[in-house]
Amino acid sequence: MAIDWFPLWLSLEVALGATAISLAIGIWLAWLLANRQFRGKDVLDALATLPLALPPTVLGYYLLVIIGRTSWIGRAWEAVTGSPLVFTWRAAVIASTLHAVPLLLKSARAALENVDRSYERAARSLGASEWRLFWRVSFPLARRPIAAATALAFARSMGDFGATLMIAGDIPGRTQTAAIAIYDAVESGNTLVARLLVLVISILTAGIVYFANRLEQRRHA
Amino acid sequence: MIQATISKTLPAGPESPEFSLEVEFEAASGVTVLFGPSGSGKTLTLDSIAGFLKPDSGRILLDGRILFDAGAGVHLPPQKRACGYVFQNQALFPNMTIRENLAFAAAAVPRLERHRRIAEMLDRFKLTPMAGRCPHELSGGQKQRAAIARALIADPRVILLDEPARGLDVSLRDDLHTLIHELRASLKVPIFLVTHDAEECFALADHVLIYDAGRIVHRGTPAELFANPGTAAAAKLLGGFNIFEAEVVAIDPGRQSSRLRLLGEEIAGPHLRGCFRGDRITVCVRPEELKVAARSVENGIRAELLRTTAKAQSIRADFGGGLIVDMARETWRGLEDTARSGLWVQIPAASLRQLS
Repeated sequence: MAIDWFPLWLSLEVALGATAISLAIGIWLAWLLANRQFRGKDVLDALATLPLALPPTVLGYYLLVIIGRTSWIGRAWEAVTGSPLVFTWRAAVIASTLHAVPLLLKSARAALENVDRSYERAARSLGASEWRLFWRVSFPLARRPIAAATALAFARSMGDFGATLMIAGDIPGRTQTAAIAIYDAVESGNTLVARLLVLVISILTAGIVYFANRLEQRRHA
Repeated sequence: MIQATISKTLPAGPESPEFSLEVEFEAASGVTVLFGPSGSGKTLTLDSIAGFLKPDSGRILLDGRILFDAGAGVHLPPQKRACGYVFQNQALFPNMTIRENLAFAAAAVPRLERHRRIAEMLDRFKLTPMAGRCPHELSGGQKQRAAIARALIADPRVILLDEPARGLDVSLRDDLHTLIHELRASLKVPIFLVTHDAEECFALADHVLIYDAGRIVHRGTPAELFANPGTAAAAKLLGGFNIFEAEVVAIDPGRQSSRLRLLGEEIAGPHLRGCFRGDRITVCVRPEELKVAARSVENGIRAELLRTTAKAQSIRADFGGGLIVDMARETWRGLEDTARSGLWVQIPAASLRQLS
């Protein structure tokens, strides 16, 4: 029997896309929270953490409301691209991104706040713009823990189930990711497929976690 | 030229009481030492000049340019202040080599000129052999030189050195002092140096601001402060002064002299301004201005010797009542045998300075 590897590839692609997007958003938010004082900072902080705590189906429901075909974002997307946003692999990327951002944000913020203030003061005093200070000093000094968090965010995005199911559905060959395919395979008694996917996902994730831990440890060495 | 009036109140923290900084000073080129105990507001002053701390009120002018003016709502960001700040921990970027650290600071300089200037700085601060190394591979002295080179490369209008000798051993400290003397001679900008080491203060300062609890308690050239520390607080901070409570027994304005009761004996004192008979005053005298004698001397008091301590250049004798005298080794050798039968300490009237 030929094994359908599509769900695995889709999961990797979705995870890659979600990690890239959440890296940009997470680092920007982390910088904002670590360096700036503004009104509503606490609210933003709480909102950005919420996806970690909310049940995935609740998150999925909110997403359906926000980007569904009847919402203005959904309609705008459909008007521009000609096809709906929900129940496509793009929706899976959005669901995974939402889970990955808080993970990255937490670690990146802690890492940025850990950078000795005197380096930032020195850079400012030497005339460096905030942009230059960030990319030449703060980010390089915080890059190890941020890289470790990125690896974990990737693993987390690869395995999202609830929110992805709610918003991208379970369309074999189109939106069926590995996590969902495993559920399907177990439900339909297809043990071989389930076992294979579980094995591959486990090995991949274990590898990523090991790599992330190594990154963290070298920082302390 | 820098002129500053700074007032800042820091609210009480979990482990610190409320702190208020109220200082006013001006400084031309040359070394101005901010001297005082830890936590007296010296570093906060540097931070206010550099723009890391926003005072509650006041005004800071550098070469006529307004860096901060509470009234006009001006608070220039650190980037626009042209302050060469050398941090206590040097703050060399650990992810860059020494050359890259210098290049980072010289980013605004055109490319060719930048390379020339980096090479010049590396050479001047004897850093050329380690230009390609990262800060953690450098010794303490090298790091300190690199930090100063980095601060200088962008042509600062003022140099701020926060305890530059901290963590350096004696010989490196001397090298650093030589370097600071060279900077002082070659640069026409004010140099501010924070220290709580009196030796360093006297060795480097053109002008001293003595800090205590957020206030400047006294100021002057090292020679002036040495001659007259002005206040008891300043005398204690500078260290090495004998400080006594004395009672004014008589005043003789005609002869520019007075009589004082000090350590239980009556001696001649200097001319005292604004004092009356019966006033209690504080006076100080330097340990090397006192003389020890084996027999009764003019204006001497009989004192009980508690112990002697050998110092690098002299002998220090501690007498009862907290009286301290420094003398040459030969002088002590001549007195050592008679010490047991009692000693007199001569206090020249002119050496007694009144403190407020």
